[in-house]
Amino acid sequence: MEQPILEVKNISIDYPISIGTVEAVRNVSFSLKEGESIGFVGESGCGKSTLGLSLLRLLRPPGMVVGGQMLYHGTDLLSLKEEEMRKLRGNNIAMVFQNPLTSLDPLYSIEDQFFETLKEHNPQITRQEAVERAGKVLEDLSIDKDRLYEYPHQLSGGMRQRIMIGLGLILNPDLLIADEPTTSLDVIVEAGFIDLLARLKKEYNISLILISHNLGLVAEIADRIAVMYGGMIMEIGEAGDIFARPMHPYTEGLIGCVPNIKMDQEKLASMPGSPPDLVTPPAGCRFSPRCPKVMDICREKTPVLQDYKNGRKVACWLYNEAE
Amino acid sequence: MKGLLRYAITRILMTIPMLFILLTIVFLVLRVMPGDPVSAMLGAHAPERVIEEKKEELGLNKPIMVQYVNYLGQLARFDLGNSMVLKQRVSAPIKEKLPATIELTFWGMFFTLLIGVPLGAYAANKRRTGRDFGIRLYGNIAYCIPVYWMGLMLQLIFGVWLKWLPVAGRTSPRMLSSQFSKTGFYLFDTLLAGNLRAFNDVAVHLLLPSLTLGIVLSGIFVRLTRANMLDVLKSDYVLAARARGVSEKLVVYKHGLKNAFIPILTMLGLQFAILLAGAVLTETTFSWPGMGRLLMERIYLRDYPTVQGVIVVFALMVSVISLMVDLLYAAIDPRVKY
Amino acid sequence: MNSTVKAKYSPASFLGAFIKKISKANKTYGVEWWIMIAGIAIVLFMLFTAFFPQVLAPYLPGDQDAGTQLEAPSPQHIFGTDNLNRDIFSRVVYGSRTILGVAFAAALLSSIIGIPLGLISGYAGGVFDRILSLIMDSIYSFPGLILAIAFAAMLGPGVVNITLAVSVIYIPTYFRLVRGQVLTLKEELYVEAARSIGAKDGAILFKYIFPNVIATVAIVFSLNIADAIMTEAALSYIGLGLPAGIPDWGMDISIGKSFLPSGVWWMITFPGLAIILLALGFTMLGEGLAEILNPRLLEK
Repeated sequence: MEQPILEVKNISIDYPISIGTVEAVRNVSFSLKEGESIGFVGESGCGKSTLGLSLLRLLRPPGMVVGGQMLYHGTDLLSLKEEEMRKLRGNNIAMVFQNPLTSLDPLYSIEDQFFETLKEHNPQITRQEAVERAGKVLEDLSIDKDRLYEYPHQLSGGMRQRIMIGLGLILNPDLLIADEPTTSLDVIVEAGFIDLLARLKKEYNISLILISHNLGLVAEIADRIAVMYGGMIMEIGEAGDIFARPMHPYTEGLIGCVPNIKMDQEKLASMPGSPPDLVTPPAGCRFSPRCPKVMDICREKTPVLQDYKNGRKVACWLYNEAE
Repeated sequence: MKGLLRYAITRILMTIPMLFILLTIVFLVLRVMPGDPVSAMLGAHAPERVIEEKKEELGLNKPIMVQYVNYLGQLARFDLGNSMVLKQRVSAPIKEKLPATIELTFWGMFFTLLIGVPLGAYAANKRRTGRDFGIRLYGNIAYCIPVYWMGLMLQLIFGVWLKWLPVAGRTSPRMLSSQFSKTGFYLFDTLLAGNLRAFNDVAVHLLLPSLTLGIVLSGIFVRLTRANMLDVLKSDYVLAARARGVSEKLVVYKHGLKNAFIPILTMLGLQFAILLAGAVLTETTFSWPGMGRLLMERIYLRDYPTVQGVIVVFALMVSVISLMVDLLYAAIDPRVKY
Repeated sequence: MNSTVKAKYSPASFLGAFIKKISKANKTYGVEWWIMIAGIAIVLFMLFTAFFPQVLAPYLPGDQDAGTQLEAPSPQHIFGTDNLNRDIFSRVVYGSRTILGVAFAAALLSSIIGIPLGLISGYAGGVFDRILSLIMDSIYSFPGLILAIAFAAMLGPGVVNITLAVSVIYIPTYFRLVRGQVLTLKEELYVEAARSIGAKDGAILFKYIFPNVIATVAIVFSLNIADAIMTEAALSYIGLGLPAGIPDWGMDISIGKSFLPSGVWWMITFPGLAIILLALGFTMLGEGLAEILNPRLLEK
C-alpha cells in the first residue's frame, strides 16, 4: 500500500495557563494520501487551527504537543531538530493564514518577501532568479508581475491572499495547510479563490488541508471531511457521504446551519448552547451538554472514533452500543 | 517631493504658536519675578540715579507690554537682540555654544539607541526568562538614575580611580580649539583639519558625557523596544514568515526590529526633550561649554534677552527633531507619504 | 433609569471595583504583581524614614560634631561623614522628608490644577479647548527641566518656590491625560443617557466622567511623583533648590562633587542611591498598577 504523505497519530495539545490547562486538542488521528485533500470543520475554538499550526511546530507559547506522532513521509515531525524543521517549513509543508491583510510584512515589497523566502532555502539564488520564479507563480495566480515591486498596502485583500498562496507555492511543497483562507474575503472573491485553490491543487500536485468553520466551502474542494468539536474529531469520512448522511448529531447540526437559498427558510438555523470550556471539559462526550440525542452513557464515558462504512469513522454512543 | 517640502514648511510654521506661548511665559516670568539685570550687574548698593540711567538705556523702564511687543517685533525679523549684561549680540554666544550641545546630544542619542534597542529586542526574544527579567530591571533602574549622578560615578571610576579618561571640558587645556575649529563640531573639525591627535583628544573628552546620557536614557528605550517587539512578534506576518521557513534571526531582527522601530522613532521625537534636559545637567557636571551652561550663567546675571534667545533655540531644536523624525518615518514606512 | 446609571458608575462603587481588581491581580499577573508589591514596599519604607527619621538616624542632619571630617564609611558612620563632620547616613535619612514633601506637594498641585482644566476643556470643547490645549502642548513639548530651571532661578531658593517650579511643568501631563479620556468618555452611552434625561453638565462631569478617569490618574500620579523626585533633585543639584540648612539629597551630591577628585566617593554615592531607590519605588508602583489596570496606557 502506498505510504500516506501525512499520518497523524493520537495528537494531543495543551495550553498550560495560570488557571489550569486548556486541553485544546485530544487524541486526534488522521492520514492524508498524496494529492488528497481533507477539510477540518468546526466552530471557532474547536482546535482545528491549533492542529494546523502544530503540524509546522509553530504553536504560540505556551501551547505544546503533549502526545502522539506526526509522520510526514514516515518521519516524525516532532523528533526533528529545530533547524531541520525550519527547512521543512515552506519547502515541504506550506501554510496560508486567515488574515491576508496582516500576513504580509507592511515594510517590505512583495518581491523582497519572495526573495527572502527563496533565499532562506536556497542561499545561492540571485535576486534575478528569484524575481523570475516569483513572476511565474504570480502569473499562475493571475497577478501582473509588476505587482512584485509594490508594497502590501497597495494591494487589495483578495490579491494579498493570492500572494500569500504564491509565497506558499513558490518552493513547491507537497502539502499545503490553508487556515480559514477566505474568512476575511467577500463572497465573490471567495468563490474565485476556491476555484483557484482547486486548480492549483491539481497543477502543483499538492495535498491540501483546509481548515474552516464553513462546511459548505469545505465540501466544494475537500475529498474528505473531519468534523471537530472540543478538540476531538467527532466524525470523519468522504465529503459527499458526510453531507448526504451525517451520522454524528453535531455534524447534523452543522449541516442544518448552512444557509440554503433554495429552501425558503423562516430564519437561520443555529445550534443551541456554546462551545465547551476546555480547561474543565464536560465529562464523557464533550458534545453531550448540547446534544439533542444525549443518553446517560454520553455523560459518563468518552466515545472513541470507530470504523463504520466506506472509511467513515464516528465517535458517538449512538453507534457504539455494541461495545 | 513637492508634497514633502510643503509638509516640512507647514510643520515649521506650526511651531510658531508653540514658540510664541513659551516666549510669552518666559518673558513674563523673567520680568514679574524679583531681581533685574541692572542690580545684578551694578550690585544692590549702586546709587539710584545710576540704576535709573542704566534702566533707561536698556529700555527696562518702559511698560512690560511695550517691551514685549518690541521684542516680538525684533524676533519677527530673526533678530535675537543684544545682551543686556555683556556687550555682545545674543546670537554670538549661542553660535559658539550650540555646536557643543548638538555634538553632546547627538552622541548621547547614539549611545542611547546603541544600548537600549538591542537590549530591548533581545529581552523580547527571550521573554519570561531570567535574562529578560534582568534586562527589564536594568531598564527600570537606568530610568531612575539622575543623569548627573551617573556622570559623577563615571568620573569617579574612569577619571579618579582608573585615570583613563578626562572628566571636564571638550578638550585638554593645552589643546587649543582655534587650531582646528571651523564649524564648532570638534569631532568633525579635527577630522577635517587632519589633526588626529586633536581628534583623539576631542573623542576621549566626548566619551564620558555622551555615555552618561546614553546609559540613563537607554532605560526608556529598553522598555519601549521590548514592548513593541513583543507586539510585533505576535503579529500575523511574523507567524507567516516563520511558516515559510524564514530563520529565527531574520524573523526577529529583520521583520521584528524594523516594525518595532516605527513606534520607537515616535518616542525618539518625544524623548528628545528629555535628552536636552539631560544634556543641560550633563554639561554642568562635565563643565561642557554648551547651551545649558550658557542658560545657567545668564539666568544668574538676569540677562533677559540671552535667556529668551536660548529658550527660542531649545524650542527650535525640539521642532527640528520632530520634523526629522517625521521624515525618517516616511523613509522607513512605505505606507507614509507626504 | 437614572438610578441604575448612577448605581453602576458612582465613585464609591468604582473605587470598590478598582480595589477588587488590584487584589485579584496577583493570580493573573505574576511578575507585574510582585513589581507593584516591591514598589509599595519601597515607598512605605521611605515614608517611614520621612515621618520618623529619628528612629533610624543616629545623629541630627546638621550635627557638625558627629564625627571628624570626610571619614570613609565605617561601623560608626555607615555612609561616612562629609566635609563639615556631619553623618551622611543621618543626612540621607532626614533628606527623604524634603524630597518626598516637595515631590508629593508638586504632584498634588499639578494634578489639582491639571485635572479640572482637562475635564472642563475636554468636555466644553470649542475655542477655549483649542487655546488651552495649544498652551499645554507647548509647555509639554518643551524640555520640562529647562523650564523648571528658569522658574526656580527667578523665584529664588525656598521649599515653596521649588515646589511651584516643579509643579508648573507637570500640569500639562494631567491636562492631556484627562482631556484625552474625557473626549472618549463623552461619547459613551451612559453619559449620553445621563444627558438625555437632563443631568446638568457639572453633575455629568463629576458623577459620571471623573470616576472613570481616577484609575489612569492614579497610575500617572505615581509615575509623576517619580519624575518630580528627579526634577527636585536636579534643581537642588544645580543649586537652584533649597536654602542651606535643609538636608537635601541633590544639594549633598553637588557639595560632594567638589571632593570627588580627591577620591571621596561616599558623599555622592549614597544620596544618589537614595534618589534612585525612591524614584524606582514610585515607578514600579505606577507600572505595576498600569499593567494591571490599563495595559496600553504606557505605550502612548
